[in-house]
Amino acid sequence: MQDPSVEMRGIVKKFGAVTASDQVDFSANAGEIHALLGENGAGKSTVMSMLSGVYRADAGEILIHGQPARIRSPKDAALLGIGMVFQNFRLVQSLTAAENIVLGEKSSFWRGSKWMRNKREEIEALGERFGLKFPVDRPIWQLSVGEQQRVEIVKTLYRGADIIILDEPTSVLTPGEAEQLFATLRVMKQAGKTVIMTTHKMKEVMASSDRISVMRKGKMIAALKTHETDELELARLMVGREIAISRQEREATEGAPLLVVRNLEVAADHGRNALDALSLTVHEGEIVGVAGVAGNGQKELAEVLTGLRTWRTGEIIFDGSPVKTASVRAAIDSGISHVPENRMKSGLAGRLGSVDNLLFKSYRSEEHSRFGFLKAARNRSWSQELVRRFNVKTPELDTPVQQLSGGNQQKLLFAREVSHQPKLMVAVHPTQGLDVGAAAGVHELLMELRGSGSGVLLISEDLDELLQLSDRILVMYSGSIIGESDHEHADREVIGLMMAGIRSVEGSAV
Amino acid sequence: MSPKPGSDSVVLKPLPMRSGRWYSLRLEYDSSRTRSPWWTPVLSVILALLLCAGFIAANGMSPLVVYEKMLRGAFGTSYGFTETMVKAIPLLLCGLGIAVAYRISVWNIGAEGQLTVGAMAATAVTIYFPDLPSFWSIVLMLVFGTAAGALWGLMTAVPRTHFGVNELITSLMLNYVALLALDYVVFGPWKDPKGFNFPGSPVFTAAQSLPVLGSTRLHIGLVFGLVAVLLYYLMIRFTRWGYELRLIGANPTAARYAGIHLKKHIIIVMLISGGLAGIAGMAEVSGVTHKLMQGISPGYGYTAIIVAWLAKLNPLGLIVTSILFGGLIVGGYSVQTIGLPSSISEMLQGAILFFLIAGDMIHRFRIRRSA
Repeated sequence: MQDPSVEMRGIVKKFGAVTASDQVDFSANAGEIHALLGENGAGKSTVMSMLSGVYRADAGEILIHGQPARIRSPKDAALLGIGMVFQNFRLVQSLTAAENIVLGEKSSFWRGSKWMRNKREEIEALGERFGLKFPVDRPIWQLSVGEQQRVEIVKTLYRGADIIILDEPTSVLTPGEAEQLFATLRVMKQAGKTVIMTTHKMKEVMASSDRISVMRKGKMIAALKTHETDELELARLMVGREIAISRQEREATEGAPLLVVRNLEVAADHGRNALDALSLTVHEGEIVGVAGVAGNGQKELAEVLTGLRTWRTGEIIFDGSPVKTASVRAAIDSGISHVPENRMKSGLAGRLGSVDNLLFKSYRSEEHSRFGFLKAARNRSWSQELVRRFNVKTPELDTPVQQLSGGNQQKLLFAREVSHQPKLMVAVHPTQGLDVGAAAGVHELLMELRGSGSGVLLISEDLDELLQLSDRILVMYSGSIIGESDHEHADREVIGLMMAGIRSVEGSAV
Repeated sequence: MSPKPGSDSVVLKPLPMRSGRWYSLRLEYDSSRTRSPWWTPVLSVILALLLCAGFIAANGMSPLVVYEKMLRGAFGTSYGFTETMVKAIPLLLCGLGIAVAYRISVWNIGAEGQLTVGAMAATAVTIYFPDLPSFWSIVLMLVFGTAAGALWGLMTAVPRTHFGVNELITSLMLNYVALLALDYVVFGPWKDPKGFNFPGSPVFTAAQSLPVLGSTRLHIGLVFGLVAVLLYYLMIRFTRWGYELRLIGANPTAARYAGIHLKKHIIIVMLISGGLAGIAGMAEVSGVTHKLMQGISPGYGYTAIIVAWLAKLNPLGLIVTSILFGGLIVGGYSVQTIGLPSSISEMLQGAILFFLIAGDMIHRFRIRRSA
């Protein structure tokens, strides 16, 4: 057996009181695809960030090709041949792909058109060799997310990396694009590169990797060969207990239509149509899942329904009466609650405590204020009660919510949104960034809402989650619903294909 | 995995100091530490005093003697103290207005202009309604002064909310508009016919002047200021409006998601901010100078920015910092007798702001020892 190209021993990293990486040992070989598996928050990215010089370890040592290495910055890592493709890309939006790739290169001072042309050819050749196609001359903002990722990968290859780390590479890709990525990774592996990929998706791990390291809560749990293990074992290692992916038990409900949207057309930020002749219906006591790759209009749909965005044409009928103008207050007052995509950005005010955050939507009501004055004592006890009921773990009621864990922040947000018995909940990626336990809690809450007769519009990229919870799944692609399937007939592959924009799945495969 | 909640610390590039064989130091930037502790203002004042001590010493004076003189001049005698309070009144009112706006990150630096138009509007009452009884005259001056300041604030707010114009620029530019308008009226239409051709309005009658405390110059404007502080404190803490401001200040996006109209609040806040500065202007002409003239404000509107910042926008802290800065101005006058320019107080003001802002920034860094 060959020597490992990357070896990390006893790596410790603490962020304040949290130990993100606790005595982690890790090794990967040249010519293999190594998957680092773990839940969100298990410490995968932290460990990889230390390998790529973004963070520095508090203790432990790193050996690259058998030599002890001092990686103090991304530059040091690059000199050692380590390149990382981050989840959120490090690209300059207004520069072209080629310009991004040569950015930071110090080799030549004079960069005439000839130099640039040579570089373009070099980049294209490099991309072709690894099966990475993208338009080199277009500015980044015009490229799709998948193409942007390819630019990032080529950038690391161009800089001569032979140890390539990909952080959750498939989280932004359609199933088809993901397949393509794995093909690329296999070419890189054959070229003798060390490919390390962090992920929490077991199917991908099984399909693409050679070896697997599993992390849980900052600790390295196991390192296995892929062909010697199976999904069930991995699941067990990852979460520490067995979880079966199964549909949530439910009773059929026959609710009246609660939300009817017809031929909705919404302008996007750049003038094109974000929503295009979109129609959908949500009934009472029904969870309607909206599947789709990010950027196909999900954000705009959620914003229109919650009053944050105006629409151009089409009609929205909620609870029997037509919605005339976009108004957040009107939406709140009519019983639409909203779990936004990014908790800390738009859902909570991190600097404020639990009381202020819980009052967001109800502070105008009789119950919480009178004549413009807040009922301070009453609001406090009300908050205390909600915090207790939803089991939010916070040191004190006034502790700034940014100090709570992601799971507790989401519980607090749900406490607020559920507390005024919404008729419709629009939940966008409600379990993003949560561990399995917290996600299960969120799922339970959504099922409770369904049970109590509310409608839920669940917008998520996590197909497992959608399959688990939804009564019906709608597939959204480029601003319209291009497919629908009820929960008996939901099929991963068909939905996956539709998410990539392939409409005609039933019969005529072209 | 995303960084830990609350401390998304990112390591900046290592310090160039590779000192020592056993350890090296590095800086860590923690963007979540947006609030500096209560003692940074105190430390800023101390550091500013030390820095300026260097300049004083370079001028061949003993800093201790100078500071003692300033302290004595500002707070040591009853005359000095009432003078300090006289200066503190416009600082308190303008500072409060600035604090309201800064709370939701509306960067109003136009208090100087808002104060000026407030003073002009109050003077307009004395010119166009010269014979009103005392009470009505004062009330009308107050109403006009407030309204003019608020209008001036509105002229900053509306371009911001409706056309996305940066309020820093409009509010600053409107200062010059106000000052030039002041020049125009005191050299032109409102010039005192019996004033030997000096620029300035006729001197106010007793009915047009604010009541003063005994034989001092301390006028009832102090009560306006204290009442405004109290009202503001109560509203911020206990009302829906205060809650909305708190939300906007903490996270404007989340506030929008909660159905709060940011534009409406920007307008309200700028009306209040300008209105308070307008009251300060009215109090200045009616309580102190008793006529409108050039240089009605020696930069109160700008100094008030430092006052508000030093108080960390806290209404009760504002009382302390405005008295401190009032003292600084009066103390500056008193050192003139020993041959130093009064601009020493401006130097101190500038140094305090410098350390304050530096402190807010430095606070976000941590020095860590790394193996």
